[in-house]
Amino acid sequence: MVTTEPAGSFDISNLSVSYGSEAALTGVSFYIEPRRVTALIGPSGCGKSTLLRCFNRMNDALDNVKVEGLIALNGSDINAKSVDSVSLRMYVGQVFQRPNPFPLSIYDNVAFGPRTQGIRKREQLDELVIDSLKKAALYDEVKNSLKKHAFELSGGQQQRLCIARALATKPGVLLMDEPCSALDPISTGMIESTVEQLKESVTIVIVTHNMQQASRISDTTAFLLRESIDEPAQLIEVTDTTTMFTQPSDQRTENYITGRFG
Amino acid sequence: MNTPAKTRTARTCDAAATLVITVLGWTAIFVLIAIAGFLVHSSLRALDEVGIWSMIAGSDWFPTSSNARFGFLPAQIGSAWVTIVALSTCVPVGVFAAIYLSEFASTRFREVAKAVIEFMATIPSVVFGLIGLSVLVPLIREHLPVDSGLIGLSAGLVVGIVCLPTIISISEDALRSVPRELRQGSFALGNTRWQTAYKVVLPAASSGVFAAVMLGLGRAIGETMVVLMLAGNAGIIPTSPLEAARTMTGTIAQETGEVVRGGLHFSVLFTLGLVLFVITFVINLIADLVLERSRKKWSR
Ligand SMILES: Nc1ncnc2c1ncn2[C@@H]1O[C@H](COP(=O)(O)OP(=O)(O)O)[C@@H](O)[C@H]1O
Ligand SMILES: [Mg+2]
Repeated sequence: MVTTEPAGSFDISNLSVSYGSEAALTGVSFYIEPRRVTALIGPSGCGKSTLLRCFNRMNDALDNVKVEGLIALNGSDINAKSVDSVSLRMYVGQVFQRPNPFPLSIYDNVAFGPRTQGIRKREQLDELVIDSLKKAALYDEVKNSLKKHAFELSGGQQQRLCIARALATKPGVLLMDEPCSALDPISTGMIESTVEQLKESVTIVIVTHNMQQASRISDTTAFLLRESIDEPAQLIEVTDTTTMFTQPSDQRTENYITGRFG
Repeated sequence: MNTPAKTRTARTCDAAATLVITVLGWTAIFVLIAIAGFLVHSSLRALDEVGIWSMIAGSDWFPTSSNARFGFLPAQIGSAWVTIVALSTCVPVGVFAAIYLSEFASTRFREVAKAVIEFMATIPSVVFGLIGLSVLVPLIREHLPVDSGLIGLSAGLVVGIVCLPTIISISEDALRSVPRELRQGSFALGNTRWQTAYKVVLPAASSGVFAAVMLGLGRAIGETMVVLMLAGNAGIIPTSPLEAARTMTGTIAQETGEVVRGGLHFSVLFTLGLVLFVITFVINLIADLVLERSRKKWSR
């Protein structure tokens, strides 16, 4: 009954984003492989969040933003008129920088997406909730208190709850925007191992400005950089993570990784 | 080491300011207690000669007959009808307006609307009473099966308008204080703006919206001029908002000018004032406590 969607791939070509008259990102092209973890790194303000928001069209809600270029999800353009942003967002889930559970119970938080999808049957919801909590490695801690208010959880638990909430719509892609930046090292470790397991079924794109984290959990790393304030950011380099951190091909990547700027 | 003169002056100013604020704060509390004490003191004769229960639960209000009866029920039930009508119109309208302003309106529209609403709050209610008298009362007389348009319904509708600014601006504040991240979380799960507003933002702001309703309620019960002008001020217990009604505030305002100072009737009116004081005090207290809790909610 509960089917897992096949993991998604993104093909991005010549993507540019501007806010009003200010260009934030220009000429970005790369491929995001299915069932892999892709890390986006770069100094703050270089457009990592902006790029991530293009993948589930969260930029649509901002009224001054302009996105140009092509983003193909599993081969089809996500900005095409025929694509409904609602179903896109069910398939491309997102976890944010600060845990943002809804002011509801643990159960209702996870069931939120499925209910939006129109799932009403109790057993089906139960199954989805439990399954998602397990995948997010939170189930064992909360299995006896699913009715508890989400705000009673610790920050790390809240963030795993948000992961479970995003997984409950059975996404093929999970976007994570600095998901550990508000968390302690232990919670960070738990999220990282969750990501490790999730990539078996879901494609993950994670923004981080923690280089160790990128090298620990990602398969591919993309480095973005805005070289001066009045220029838009560009994609400097994208390769598999080991190569990126041992022998980057671009001097700017090496400077960033070795901490010479940013 | 010598303290520089500048720092010393700053410290003196600081101490003086603290003192002034403390004194003012205590003065406010003292005035409140003094008012309560004065009300109780002036009510003593009525409490002694009529008794609290024959007033609060008494159904006849014949204050000037030879066999005088001082039952508050006509006024209390009249106030209840007016308040029910007022809230059942201004709560839905006010909350929807607040949702629109905080979740859908453009920044420019919101600024303009808030300025207008703030202005509306400063208009003396007698002006609304006049407009009600010349526009609403004839309409009601024409379209409803009533002999006169001076009934609880007319007063309630206009009191509702008087309460609207309070409800809109406090609810809007509550809705806007819901963190942006929650809305994004909802959008990211494929919810539309409207779904986000009623499934996430409104529940998250519920305590603030509740407080807004309580403050509106307090305002409605306390409103005097509008009910005096529009409610009809009959002495019997109204069985529906389609009948003429008198309210607690209206009774006090209307009769204090005509009674003998220090007489029993005078003292009874103070007891009515005391009842009103207690009701509005409790309502405002609840609103304050709830509002305080809702402010704390997001500062985690
Ligand atoms: N909603 C917005 N409106 C206008 N400018 C924005 C908005 N969001 C981001 N920007 C600008 O776009 C650039 C990239 O921001 P962002 O994507 O948040 O970077 P990062 O996530 O890498 O720190 C910054 O210069 C930022 O000021
Ligand atoms: Mg960011």
